[in-house]
Amino acid sequence: MASALINVPARAKRGEIIEIKTLISHVMETGFRRTQLGAVIPRDIIRRFVCTYNGTEVFRAELHPAIAANPFIVFSTVAVESGTLVFSWTGDHGFSATETAAISVD
Amino acid sequence: MERPTSRRDFLKTAGGVAAGLGLGSVIAVAPARATPAEMQEAIRKVVGSARVTPGRVKLDLPPLIENGNAVPLTVTVESPMTEAQHVRAVHVFTEKNPQPNVVSFHLGPRAGRARVATRMRLADSQNVTAICELSDGSFWSDSAGIVVTLAACLEDGI
Repeated sequence: MASALINVPARAKRGEIIEIKTLISHVMETGFRRTQLGAVIPRDIIRRFVCTYNGTEVFRAELHPAIAANPFIVFSTVAVESGTLVFSWTGDHGFSATETAAISVD
Repeated sequence: MERPTSRRDFLKTAGGVAAGLGLGSVIAVAPARATPAEMQEAIRKVVGSARVTPGRVKLDLPPLIENGNAVPLTVTVESPMTEAQHVRAVHVFTEKNPQPNVVSFHLGPRAGRARVATRMRLADSQNVTAICELSDGSFWSDSAGIVVTLAACLEDGI
């Protein structure tokens, strides 16, 4: 299981724009590198990142090999209601990771 | 006790090694590199036949970076981010990486603010282009040049 770091404010005012920072540990092997014996190291990247807010998708990203190892993504969303933000990453070789964060809106 | 290498043996071995190296360099193929033309093609694939106008989007990159393995970039778009008028997507492309695509972000009115950031790899000093797609179907772009001291993708694996 990959470890992920998520930075979401625990409380926010209704209608406030909150910034979300996510970081997940992953090698993001490009598939362009070779071993010293000349064999190509197969590609192993995260291809997709999705953030849902109480079930509604608010942000999505498609990643390519040009994203640095341990993908770091910053985006924002409007705090509309208390609930849960679910972050999921999916990638090569069946990679899948999910994290959740709770937010209370007043 | 081994006999010291004679001049003849040494020359034979050295000749063999040289021939081997020569052959090796003929077989070695240049690594795949995207070109500005390939970047334009990749951009066309995303925007279709629409016109891409410079402006409204701001791509923030450091002008010089030591390590191409993790280059921070921020894309900001001037947009009210309402249901009627918002940024649908932000795409980032490079000229000289092995592949022109870097990342595609999909936003919506729920984003509140059109500002995204990540870290990317750069294989060489080059121009990076960000393209945003607005809800009215128009495309806007911004480019930034960056000098990379230590390129990504060059070091060998284990």
